[in-house]
Amino acid sequence: MSPALFLVLAACLIVGALGVVLLSSPVRSALSLVVTLFFMAVVFLLLDAQLVAALQVVVYAGAIMVLFLFVIMLLNLQADPPAMARLGVRVTAAFGASLFLLAVVRFLTRGGGTMTDPRGMATPLPEGFGSTQGLAELLFTRFLFAFEITSILLVVAIIGAVVLAKKKLT
Amino acid sequence: MWIDVLIAVIKSLLVIVLALNLAGLLGWVERKGSALIQDRIGANRANIFGFAGAGLVNTLMADPLKFIAKEDVIPAGVDRVLHTLAPCVTLFPALVAFAAIPFGDVLEVGGRVITLQAVPLSVGILYVLAMLSLGVYGVVLAGWASNNRFSLLGGIRGSAQMISYELAMGLALVAAVVSYGTLDLQEMVRAQGRLLGGWLPAWGILYQPVGFLIFLWAGMAESKRVPFDLPEGESELISGYFTEYSGIKYLMFFMTDFVEIGVVAGLITTLFFGGWQVPYLMRDGFHFPGGTMVALPQLVVVLLQMASYTVKLALFCWLQVLIRWSMPRYRYDQVMRLGWKGLLPIGLLNVLVTGAVVLALQG
Repeated sequence: MSPALFLVLAACLIVGALGVVLLSSPVRSALSLVVTLFFMAVVFLLLDAQLVAALQVVVYAGAIMVLFLFVIMLLNLQADPPAMARLGVRVTAAFGASLFLLAVVRFLTRGGGTMTDPRGMATPLPEGFGSTQGLAELLFTRFLFAFEITSILLVVAIIGAVVLAKKKLT
Repeated sequence: MWIDVLIAVIKSLLVIVLALNLAGLLGWVERKGSALIQDRIGANRANIFGFAGAGLVNTLMADPLKFIAKEDVIPAGVDRVLHTLAPCVTLFPALVAFAAIPFGDVLEVGGRVITLQAVPLSVGILYVLAMLSLGVYGVVLAGWASNNRFSLLGGIRGSAQMISYELAMGLALVAAVVSYGTLDLQEMVRAQGRLLGGWLPAWGILYQPVGFLIFLWAGMAESKRVPFDLPEGESELISGYFTEYSGIKYLMFFMTDFVEIGVVAGLITTLFFGGWQVPYLMRDGFHFPGGTMVALPQLVVVLLQMASYTVKLALFCWLQVLIRWSMPRYRYDQVMRLGWKGLLPIGLLNVLVTGAVVLALQG
């Protein structure tokens, strides 16, 4: 991926992410999250992960965010005035954010790499990387257990949702 | 390098011009088709600024010119940005979905092999599905940003319908993917060039007749036209989610319908009816079953393929116009029952049977 293209995409991503946090209208905020997810998919695409990019758009931008938007519109949430959080919350948030920043810097500079050339990024990709076949093979061999456990988790969540909704109806 | 960019630009232009012209032409076909079915003459004259001499050209131009010339009204008390954004967000995904649909095999010019597809994607079918699933935002936004209860109801109906039928459509596509063993639309079309028993072209409809019917029905529900036009049901909701739109923004919603018809027709052609394949036409000419061979220059072969794709595309667009003018509208509970209790279980069963057959043939 060319650095210029990455910088443009990263800028779009950050603007989108800032919009999610800073916009006061809930609908605009949710739409900003859609834009962020969309640019994330483009970044995946440029990292040779075509399948992940497509799934990102189909699942997150195309399905989950639609439900978010639905709920916001049905509840008819109005734009809030920016609430000033209590001092304790602000200190905790600042602490969490700096911890995260530290972790990112540590990750990028581990093993002698630098911020601009992190180790491992320049090595050529293995054959079939990011392709549907490559991903499917990993999913059904090395990560089979995690894959199956996730599907059980999802089934449990669906059953739970149905049970909770039914209880309210009767 | 520059040549590659130029080729990409030309291919993209070709596809986008096809999509836009298709929308314009279908507007006229829809009027003429409805007239034909209802035993009327239909749109046959148009007087543009006192000029009525160009016949068909005049009739084709009249609709878009009328919309562009009209006043664009933004109602009071709406989110102006989102109100303007909604028609753009509706039209854009439908237009770019065309990019992954192949319109021909390969063209070799001076040692350069050009795939006749705007964007050769290894996950082409997922890309088209992703773009179609983004179309729902325009409907939701238009409904919400109009500050009108009829619009909001239309938007909610539309999004619920599109989300429901996306599942059935996805399952029809899964069955097709299982039988072709690839997500690449170009590879799928190539696989349909084989001959069964030496004479029958192996088009997808032979493997996936049930999948084709599910896809056709779910596709029509996605494009929100009769019998699935509840989001805009004019006897109940005035005009549904685009009640508060006029001028060129209304034209954009109008165009989206026609571009979506085109995308659905293009996908049906590609998945189930051999895409750009002409029966018995190989890269070097016709190979008929009896052993006769007619050699053809490469350019003629490519043009024949593109013509074949266009004819099939037009045929399935016409089929959708025909169904639209022959059916009454469903009731809302019927739409939901058909989607969740009809198409979805049949789709699941279709995937199961397809998987079993593919496994049995491999093992």
